[in-house]
Parts: sequence; structure tokens; C-alpha cells
Amino acid sequence: MEISPFKEKLYLLGRSIKEFWKLYRSSKIGLIGLGILLFFVAVAMTAPIISPYDPWQRKTGEPFSGPSKEHPLGTDDMGRDILSQIIWGTRISLLVGFIASLSATIIGVTVGMISGYFGGTIDNILMGLTDIILILPTIPLMIVIAAYLGQSIWNLALVIAIVSWPSTARIVRSQTLSLKEEAFVEAARSIGAGHIRIIVSHILPNVLPIILANTVLMIVGAIISEAGLSFLGLGDPTHQSWGMILYYAQVAGGFIRGAWWWIVTPGVCITLVGVSLTFIGYALDEIINPRLRQR
Amino acid sequence: MSLLVVNNLKTYFYTLRGVVRAVDGISFYIDEGRAFGLAGESGCGKSTTALSIMGLIKDPGKIVDGEIVFEGEDLLKKTKEELNQIRWKRISMIFQGAMNAFNPVHRVGDQIVEAILYHENITREEAWEKAEKLLGMVGIDPSRAKNYPHEFSGGMKQRAIIAMALSCNPKLVIADEPTTALDVIVQKQVLDLMKELQNKLKLSIMLISHDLSVIAQMCDSIAIMYAGKIVEYADAISLFKEPQHPYSKGLINSFPNILNPGKKPESIPGQPPSLINPPSGCRFHPRCPFATDKCREVEPHLVNIGSKHYVACHLIGG
Repeated sequence: MEISPFKEKLYLLGRSIKEFWKLYRSSKIGLIGLGILLFFVAVAMTAPIISPYDPWQRKTGEPFSGPSKEHPLGTDDMGRDILSQIIWGTRISLLVGFIASLSATIIGVTVGMISGYFGGTIDNILMGLTDIILILPTIPLMIVIAAYLGQSIWNLALVIAIVSWPSTARIVRSQTLSLKEEAFVEAARSIGAGHIRIIVSHILPNVLPIILANTVLMIVGAIISEAGLSFLGLGDPTHQSWGMILYYAQVAGGFIRGAWWWIVTPGVCITLVGVSLTFIGYALDEIINPRLRQR
Repeated sequence: MSLLVVNNLKTYFYTLRGVVRAVDGISFYIDEGRAFGLAGESGCGKSTTALSIMGLIKDPGKIVDGEIVFEGEDLLKKTKEELNQIRWKRISMIFQGAMNAFNPVHRVGDQIVEAILYHENITREEAWEKAEKLLGMVGIDPSRAKNYPHEFSGGMKQRAIIAMALSCNPKLVIADEPTTALDVIVQKQVLDLMKELQNKLKLSIMLISHDLSVIAQMCDSIAIMYAGKIVEYADAISLFKEPQHPYSKGLINSFPNILNPGKKPESIPGQPPSLINPPSGCRFHPRCPFATDKCREVEPHLVNIGSKHYVACHLIGG
């Protein structure tokens, strides 16, 4: 063979991405969602360049001053520039959202696949645990764990991951249950493939598409949870996320003083990212689940 | 010497509702280079027999008794690792519903390569070349090895599965309903291919099917199974010409006969019995039109009625 296997794999990957893009492009809301998300990702990545002030710098202008030329989104109680805070906050909010939903997916997929594949006692134990976390009320549970672990963005991500993996585990388990009965798993068993090989190489690639849409939708939940926890004062005071901006607006009298620019902007950002990810998730769902595809 | 001898094999499933005696003491042998057919209704234990030989019986199933002697060695006494070596290298299997035996997310060639690499100490490139050669042997353009299973037609998938089964030069191929999902024309092509490969590679084949016409076309000797037991065992010609057991007669009569076009196919009344509580005596007696009191009480054993023709029926020979 003149083509190396690695190059060929790369080529095949390229081909499938191209085909995927062709399908994705036909979804209008998918494109809108992707556009909004890419905008925020770009903002997060270029924060040091585009932010006009240091977000912690006090007295960059009059406290509680509304939008103006120097401060497009006004200032807070100590005269800090809110636009800069929002720009830097994008980083933290997106980071926590992505890390939390990624870790939740990893935990959920592992638990779901082990549970579904091996069944029996292992299944009973793991699904028991999953059900316990599923029935516990999420917000109070998050508050308790967050308060116990202490305030840092990593703990926030961990807390969110801990409460959100069970739904993924359930989905993956049900998929694994049906996949492990497929003839190709039986065939793999008969040629001598071990459990790990069957799980990783034969079952996992078949559940991945479903996990993908689920993960994207989970990021929305994670970002909103992060904002909620931060607003309640359980966030990381050394980092500014959108939730922390709202928290400061609350404790420093932004609400009472009617500083709408301080409150509305983070809210709009959270909403926009949430909507964009939901759009992307919906578009992915449409591709993965052909029954939803419009003809 | 026979390649495979199965002796008094019993495979039971221990379910919550009771013990399912899926295979209950069956014996047969397969000679080298010969094709053996196992026929019977759905749920009579044909596939369980095949999986028992492959050592792929899963919980709650268990082989409780018997011997499976392959090339003079009892497979039931082997460890898992030893079985892994024999499986696929010396005995391979074409699975029921072979259409789904390929994982949709991997290329056909890669899946054949995977099977080869588990059993042979060669590089990936060599294995790939071998996979292409195998595909060529079953009449598929070798360049199609790069395709995914959904890019194959049903008949091609079936051929590719055969190529995969032959990938490690086995001596015995167990084919479990290899043509069930195919239309008759493709079915004929696949059967012809199997016959051709059998002659070329001196393979032994164990063919499992509910379709007697498929078995008639392929096999030298045939066993008819009913409710976990073999009721009749003979070479193909005498079984089709002179079926002795009422169940074999019923099965043969339930197929249209090309030599006797005026005759309508007849069905066997009733349903296969539950294998948790099988009927007493002869398991076929509730559906047998000739059943006597003896059939209801005493279990018949296989008896030789001449020229290696065995029947388990009180009405015949004893």
C-alpha cells in the first residue's frame, strides 16, 4: 500500500467531517447557534487584547455611571469597567460550563457503559447510585456540596458535574443494553475480543453521536448552574464570571440604584450562550436522529 | 476419524421461571470435509448447540453434561485462553442474522483484520492484504475492504461474513442460519459459494437451518432436532427419501415438493413445547397423530434402523 494507515485514517476523518458539515449547514438555527457561540469563544480567547480596562481596576470612571463613550456598559460601585468584566467573565463562564459538562459526560458514559455491559450486581449498585443522585433536588444539593468544598471555579465545575452525570449514565446504559445484544458484539466475542476491547472499540463509537448532542445541551445547564451558584455567593471571588458580576451587583446595591447596565448585560450574555448551545444541540439532534430531519 | 464428536451434550438455562433444557443430551459427529445439517423449528435448541460448541454460552446458560471432542480434544475441559486459540483459528462461525455481524462504525476490512490479528502474529499491513485476498475469494472486489458495512448489499455482507469466518483457515465452520435474511437468488449464490469453498479448502461445515431445502442442497448427513433432542439422524438421501420419525415426515411435508407439484404442503399442528416443562415420554407426542400410551410414558432413544439411519420413535423398530 502506498498510503500509510495513519494518513488514510486522517483522510477518512476529513471525509466524515465534510459530510457532517454538509448536513449541519442545512440547519438554519444550527448555524445561528454556532455563530453566537463562536463569537463568545472568540471574545473569551482574545480577552486580554479587546478588554479596554483591567476588570479589577477601580476608579476608571465615576461609580454607577451609565453607558458612555469611555464605558460602553457603564461602571460599578467602585468605578470598575463593566464591559471588561463581562469580557473576562466570558472566559470563566464558558470554561466552567465546558469542563463541568465534559467531566459529567465522562463519568456518565463510564458508569452507563459498565452498568449496561456487565449487568447484574454491578448494574444494580451503579444504577442505585444514579437514581439516588437523580431524585435528590439539584439546587440544594449543589449548594451543600459547594459550601462544603469551598470557593473555587474548579470546585464549581466539580459540583455541577457531580449532579449532572446521572442523566447521561441512564441514556448510555439503555443504549449499551441494546447494543451488547447486537450480532457484531457476539461476533467480536467469538473472535476473542475482551470486555474492554468490546466496550471501547465496538460499543462506544455507536453511543458517541447520542452523547454528543447530550453533552452540548448539558453545557447550557452547567453555565446556568454556575451563574446561579455564583449569584448565591458560592462562586469564586478571585475570578469574575457572569454569575459573580450579578452577585456583586446584588450585594453592592446595583439593583437598588437602578444600574440596569450592570444587571442586564450578564443576563443577556447567559441567555445568548444558552440559546446558542440549545440551537446547536437541536441541530445535532436532527442530524443524529434522522426521524427528526425535515424532508 | 471424525473431526468433531458431540456426545450427550446438555445445555441448560437456569432462569427465574425454571430450568430451560434447551439442549438435552444430543450426540452427533462431523467427518472431515463433510457437511452436517441440523434442522428443526425455531426454539428447538439448534443455535444453543452451535454456541455450546463455540464455547459462547452466556449466563444463565450452562453446559451441564456431555463431551465436545474436536480433533481428539475435549473442548469442555479447556481453559478460556486455550478456547480462544481454538475458536476462530480452527472452528469459526457464521452468525445468525449475519447482516448485523459487522459493526456499522468500522470498515469491513478493519473488522476482518481485527479477527486475523487476534490469532496470527503478523503486521497490520499483512493482515490487511490477507483481508483483501479473502474478500476476493468470496467474489467481492478487494478494494471494497475500505467500505463501511452500510455500503454493502445484503448478499455482499453475507459473503464478507464468510470471508471473515475463513480468515484464520479454520477446519470447521459453523453456519447458523446463514441465508435466512436473503432472497432466494442471493441465497443460492451464497450456498454455491459455500459449497465451492468447502471443496476447495476441504472444510467441514455444520449448517443450522429451519429451511430443509437449504440443508438438502448442502449437507451429507442431517439431524432433525425437536425440543432439545435429536429425533432422527441419517444421511441426506435416506432422510429425504424415507423419513421415519413422524416429526421429520411432518417437516418434509411442510415444504412444497418440486417432483410432486399437485401435493399441498401440510403444516404440523400445535406448537413446540415449553422446554421448562417438556412433555413426558416422547416430547413430540402431544402433536403426533400416531401417539400411543407408550409414547406418553416412556422416552424413546435413538436406535439404528440400518445403514447409519437412527430414529427415536416407539413406532419404528421397537
